Amino acid sequence: MVIFVFSVIVYLLLAWSGNGIDMAEVIIGIVLGAILAFAAKVWNPRKFFSFYGLNPARWGMFIIYLFGPFLLGMIKANLDVAMRVITGKIRPGIVRINSGLKGTLATTMLANSITLTPGTLTVDISEDPEGGNLFYIHWINVTDENPEEGLVYGTFGKWARRVAE
Amino acid sequence: MTLTVFAWAAGIIALCAFLMSGRLIAGPTVADRVVALDSINTLVVALMILLAVIYDSVVMVDVAIVYAGLSFVGTLFLARYIEGGV
Amino acid sequence: MNALIILFLIVGTLFNFLGTVALYRFPDVYTRLHGTTKCTTFGSIFTSAAVVLFALQKLASSGEGRFGTLAVHAVIAVAALLITNPTGAHAIARAAHRSGIMPKFAVVDRLAEDQKKKGGVSA
Repeated sequence: MVIFVFSVIVYLLLAWSGNGIDMAEVIIGIVLGAILAFAAKVWNPRKFFSFYGLNPARWGMFIIYLFGPFLLGMIKANLDVAMRVITGKIRPGIVRINSGLKGTLATTMLANSITLTPGTLTVDISEDPEGGNLFYIHWINVTDENPEEGLVYGTFGKWARRVAE
Repeated sequence: MTLTVFAWAAGIIALCAFLMSGRLIAGPTVADRVVALDSINTLVVALMILLAVIYDSVVMVDVAIVYAGLSFVGTLFLARYIEGGV
Repeated sequence: MNALIILFLIVGTLFNFLGTVALYRFPDVYTRLHGTTKCTTFGSIFTSAAVVLFALQKLASSGEGRFGTLAVHAVIAVAALLITNPTGAHAIARAAHRSGIMPKFAVVDRLAEDQKKKGGVSA
């Protein structure tokens, strides 16, 4: 369902010519969205008619996250990388963190946030036998070889849990 | 006046993309070359969006959207190749 | 408004240039990925934000619909870039580590240790 809604919205945004939309465009968008949704049924047949991912409260939270902590972290990350490019001071290493997240969507969101924020880059993800996903993170300035969550990516773990799980 | 600044920015970004091809040629490993190619793709998308303003045509932005998607698929395939899966 | 557009263009171009410098200055694949992914994504967001502001200004002053189209399409292009760029970086980093390229000057490498441990158990 979420795929259908997204396809229709993106199609209508692309077809909008600035002066309003024809009825024909809306019909074409709905037909194309239905075709895409049926094609995606192959991957996930159980969630076909569920409204998972269309909760407006979660989307509101996602917008707040995107323009609040994420934007701030991104600005900080770029100033940090700029300083390291100019001075050349690095102390790299790959550290391991148990995030405690289980859902695929939350894991994807956290991994992408980590890559775009200060000094960290997700290299690999594997499942911990005790529960949760293990993140292997390349950290450009290692200060602690067995770090806690908060030291590496701040509050992003909490946000990912709140928005996507 | 503003369009002149847009043109200068586009020129500098094009120069950066050109300079990156040095790493594309000289990179010691294949992974370095893929990194350079990925960044060149990002810069080309940014350049296309700027050129859409300079030449006053919306079609270039549509080309940029399709280019971003295709370059992503290309990067994934090259990563598979490095891993040894293809 | 014009000053803001020019400021965004200068910041975006500066970060794109820093990404180029990072590609030459850092010692190995992983640190290069750091520099290029962050700097080029951030720089492209800023130059595209300048384009969106320019289009909105033109839309307000002339009222032609095609400038609205320009703004919307530029936002969609940036969203596509923001999703695909870090994902491509993960793919490259994971493939590089699995193909045996180790990080230079690394003080700690938990991933290699864990893989060695796993290989030892199965063999």
